[in-house]
Amino acid sequence: MIAIVMRLIAGTALMLLVVVLAFLYDGADRIISARMQRRLGPPLLQPFLDLLKLLGKENIVPRRAVPWAFNGAPWVAAASMILVFLYIPIGSLPPVLGTHGDLILILYLLGLSGVAMAVGGFASGNPIANVGAQREMILMMSYELPLAVVAATLAWMAHKTGMPGDPFNLETFAGMSVWSVTGKVGFIGMLCLLIALVLVVPGETGKGPMDIPEAKTEILDGLIIEYSGRNLAMFKITFALRALALSALIVVLFFPWSPGPFLRLGGIFLFAFDFLWFWVKVFVVQVFVVTLMRTAFGRFKIWQASEFYLIKVAGLSIAGMILASLDLLM
Amino acid sequence: MEKKYTIPIGPVHVGLKEPITAWLDLEGEKIVGATVRPGAIHRGIEFMARDRNPIQVIYLSERICGICSFAHVIAFLRAVEDASDYPVPIRAQYIRALVLELERLHSHILWAGVACYSIGFDSAFHLGMVLREKVMDVLEALSGNRVNYGVATVGGVRWDITPEVGKAVREMVKFYRAEFGVFYDVVTADHIAKARMRNVGVLTAEEAVRYNAVGPTARASGIRCDIREMSPYEAYADFNVKAIVPQDYYGKAYGDVFDRFLVRVLEVQQSLNIVERIMEGLPEGDIVHEKNLNKVLATLKKAEGTGLGIIEAPRGDDTHVVHLKAGDENVNWWKVRAPTYANAVSWPLMFRNNELADAPLIINSIDPCISCMERMLVTDTASGGRKVVTRAELLEMSREKTRRLMQK
Repeated sequence: MIAIVMRLIAGTALMLLVVVLAFLYDGADRIISARMQRRLGPPLLQPFLDLLKLLGKENIVPRRAVPWAFNGAPWVAAASMILVFLYIPIGSLPPVLGTHGDLILILYLLGLSGVAMAVGGFASGNPIANVGAQREMILMMSYELPLAVVAATLAWMAHKTGMPGDPFNLETFAGMSVWSVTGKVGFIGMLCLLIALVLVVPGETGKGPMDIPEAKTEILDGLIIEYSGRNLAMFKITFALRALALSALIVVLFFPWSPGPFLRLGGIFLFAFDFLWFWVKVFVVQVFVVTLMRTAFGRFKIWQASEFYLIKVAGLSIAGMILASLDLLM
Repeated sequence: MEKKYTIPIGPVHVGLKEPITAWLDLEGEKIVGATVRPGAIHRGIEFMARDRNPIQVIYLSERICGICSFAHVIAFLRAVEDASDYPVPIRAQYIRALVLELERLHSHILWAGVACYSIGFDSAFHLGMVLREKVMDVLEALSGNRVNYGVATVGGVRWDITPEVGKAVREMVKFYRAEFGVFYDVVTADHIAKARMRNVGVLTAEEAVRYNAVGPTARASGIRCDIREMSPYEAYADFNVKAIVPQDYYGKAYGDVFDRFLVRVLEVQQSLNIVERIMEGLPEGDIVHEKNLNKVLATLKKAEGTGLGIIEAPRGDDTHVVHLKAGDENVNWWKVRAPTYANAVSWPLMFRNNELADAPLIINSIDPCISCMERMLVTDTASGGRKVVTRAELLEMSREKTRRLMQK
């Protein structure tokens, strides 16, 4: 009973923390992107102000919309994104719901949030939102293949090399670096998988060059065109959390190192240090995989993005899989 | 078979600078049909001009458009000067050519930024906005204004090039030589930009001729037409301008958005060269034939005849026709044909076999200036017919609508 209460408290605190962090990182992302474009950019707390403003605005439901789907979709999307963090180990702390879910569940939660957004777009009864929702579905189907290959290969690696723990559980990867168990060939394979995962991030987060379902200059913010007020605020939370979740996932899978043990920290200090260190790593990864990517490139067309994921990125991830397998056989 | 549905791009759209509507029939993402409906910002400027004398109309013509304001002024003035055989001093012609080229720089840089924005390349868009400031600063140094300069007048120009302005212009040329390379890189090196623009919105050379495309749109289709080359005006005969066509650089003209981007970027380099040569060869002398405006107006009042002014505006041929009647102080009639009017006809052709994602880019690719274009007579697009509504009919229709509105 006490364990459940503890988990409830820890989970609630973590959820609040990740929402605040996601918005802080979003603010930083906007400033860094602006500086790269020779602009000043908004204040760091601008996303919070936007959120507050949206929460105070009227929530308009279009006449042609399907109200329950239209209103429900943003909540499902935001809730499923926030749940992801309950399964991600943060530093040396085990995930809050670690024993109840694993990498596969996280992939499904990410997928669920995308599907919820598409449902909201279809339910809003706007032809432009319809186009946006179609694009979201196509994009999801495209990046799922490389994502699945990356997840499966990593789990197989963990299983075959005898990394301690359940191969699909993220704690396994957080406890032991995946780079430390591979040989030279496997190292190249892991690098391929890392690049494939990095390239999946823009599609998953809906940021440039894969901001196709929400393309502003083409389909006027696409599937969120009809959203306003509280519902739009939920989508803002979803977008911010997606970038944070994907960055956190990359950190857990590929960069679990911490200088904590070298600093001879022990007990509670080690946990606290690892906890902060984890978010620093997430921030660095997010700057590289989200901010840099979205600032440096223009937008793909949907069939180009689909081709990119299904042929190039999937090819890269399969090459990573083959190299990793070769490493295991040798 | 997929369900067909219709999506409007415009009249107000994030990707468009001015109000125009394109109704696109879509099958999935593919465009199968397009109807372009202009008419959102018709202002009746030509009618307003009939109550004004030519000096007043100069400032009216400047407000036809925000970007190519000076091109409209020069086209109008050339028409007036043609109608009344009014002389222009050589130094004034050089200054006019200089400001026309500065305006071309302004227009093309702005366009390059907006085109990048249309494909979601926001960094290049912001860079374009930064670069554009420089030429606006130079125009401000020359005339005190950044958008509508008020530089030209009948028989000359109003502001001379002082040494300070000359220095600002030279600095600007140096600045652009160093900084504009980024846009050239966007054209030639960036893979996503190339994937978005190559073979999109194709207009073949035959179609460009048949549908009367002008300016960079026609040149991108491989047609060597540049009024600065074919029929030089002002000081352009001294510079031997050559039309820029993509086949000279890439061996073949595709006539797509990529080529239009390329042509405009190369024209920026060309304009920089022309600006440099104007500054080198600026002759001494008067900048205006007659300073006293009353005397100018008296001369124009005596003139009788129709004048034609055709110049190469940043977007293509800008044609103004002016009729002056002896004894009448005001402009008797005035007709403007802005380049967008000729280019917009090609839109439905460019939309063929393209996708919804390309639509704003295609609309922007001809650098449309809707407020330049919208000065036609009333046409009835709803019934497909075309008729001119007389003033009495229009008045009756307006009254009827007012009555209808009041009943609600």
